[in-house]
Amino acid sequence: MSNQVALTGNEAIANAMRQINPDVVAAYPITPQTEIVQIFSQFVADGEVDTDFVTVESEHSAMSASVGASASGARAMTATAANGLALMWEILYIAASTRLPIVMPVVNRALSGPINIHCDHSDSMGARDSGWIQLYAENAQEAYDNTIQAFKIGEHEDVKLPVMVNMDGFIISHAVENFNILADEDVQEFIGEYNPEHTLLDAENPITVGPIDLQDYYFEHKRQQSEAVKHAKKVVAEVAEEYNELTGRGFSYFEEYKLDDAEVGIVALGSTTGTAKAAVDNLRDEGIKAGLLKLRLYRPFPAEEITEALSNLKVLAVLDRAETFSDTGGPVFADIRSALYNADSEIEAVNYIYGLGGRDTQVDEIEAVYKDLQDILESGEVEERVQYLGVRE
Amino acid sequence: MAKKDQQKPGWKSIPEGGLIIEPGNADDYKTGGWRTYRPMIDQEICINCHICWIYCPDSSIISKDEEIKGYDYDHCKGCGICANECPVDAITMLEEGNLSEK
Repeated sequence: MSNQVALTGNEAIANAMRQINPDVVAAYPITPQTEIVQIFSQFVADGEVDTDFVTVESEHSAMSASVGASASGARAMTATAANGLALMWEILYIAASTRLPIVMPVVNRALSGPINIHCDHSDSMGARDSGWIQLYAENAQEAYDNTIQAFKIGEHEDVKLPVMVNMDGFIISHAVENFNILADEDVQEFIGEYNPEHTLLDAENPITVGPIDLQDYYFEHKRQQSEAVKHAKKVVAEVAEEYNELTGRGFSYFEEYKLDDAEVGIVALGSTTGTAKAAVDNLRDEGIKAGLLKLRLYRPFPAEEITEALSNLKVLAVLDRAETFSDTGGPVFADIRSALYNADSEIEAVNYIYGLGGRDTQVDEIEAVYKDLQDILESGEVEERVQYLGVRE
Repeated sequence: MAKKDQQKPGWKSIPEGGLIIEPGNADDYKTGGWRTYRPMIDQEICINCHICWIYCPDSSIISKDEEIKGYDYDHCKGCGICANECPVDAITMLEEGNLSEK
């Protein structure tokens, strides 16, 4: 059973957390925190959940408390954004390498400086190599759906990895949207009981968590992590299928929008993919064969499936809402180009950095990108590989 | 890869995430090789007060039937706390390099 509701993205995720009813939520309640844990703390105060809510003194401590809770066998969650995520950095790696399936919604916002609180992906993109699974959403519905699926992915015995559920700051987090919410009991049935094999509170089988791991074993543990990430890809698809059976919604790695016969295409993630769909529709009306690949799963990166889906394209633009300052384009662009190279692809690929610090990106700007791709298709020449969309010259 | 590392188990057969799932396995890690000074006890002087046994940070002093019997040299790191704490100076620290026998 499901109900249609009108909620903000923050409320959507807080309600997903209420339905999950995690054992522990640890959070630091000041900016750059979001409303997610504030709303959730009200659920705790009202007795709607059984959660131990731990108020800590920083995001570093929020993630540390989540690590401790998860190691003791609890379902642990926290939420953060931007510089809050940056302050967690050290412990992000510890959570992943200790193989703890913590779930963390991240409201994507710009990292300072200069100081800015608005949407871009510089926070989570910086954490892309931390070992966390990363899911991205176009809207509140997908952010909600991803949150419900996250524990089932992370806790799978072949995975045991933390999951970051990303949602665009303000554009999704603060906008009210109509979407479908599951019944509480359906969520409980879907996520099931969490019974980890080893926990700190299992006094009959004592363990040590987080011991020093030197030259003789560290490398082997990292190799295990690489394997878990491989398995995560398979599990993400399985869980998506199961969720689709329950709700009729969702897709595993990415959504293909009018991509089948497209000649010019865009790869993007986050809320801008909604804008890009409108641009595709407009261009299709003009007879331009435009398409879109909207990424949901960014870590692990489904390279082979992406290149297969893009194989009919002639020219491709990758949109990045983060800069790597490598002088070679944004993070998604680097991954896509590497995937295309592995596939011996002849698709011409260019990159647009856009929307930094919450700069609005509108339909006509995305249309202009497609027009640029048309020009490349006709001339066969790329004048600038990496461009900046919507910045004043 | 060094030969001694090849003899250890591979990534497929060790606990995940660096967990230690076998309690008390510090016993398997021989730290005696770290020692530069070896504690020697003179049983004639020792009054079996067990102060050394209480203070030893590595539980390396062997006590049996309420008597101090000597050292677990596989784990004693030679820190010298026992010699420092002994109220009757029954323990002396000898440089390992000068000892001909083990």
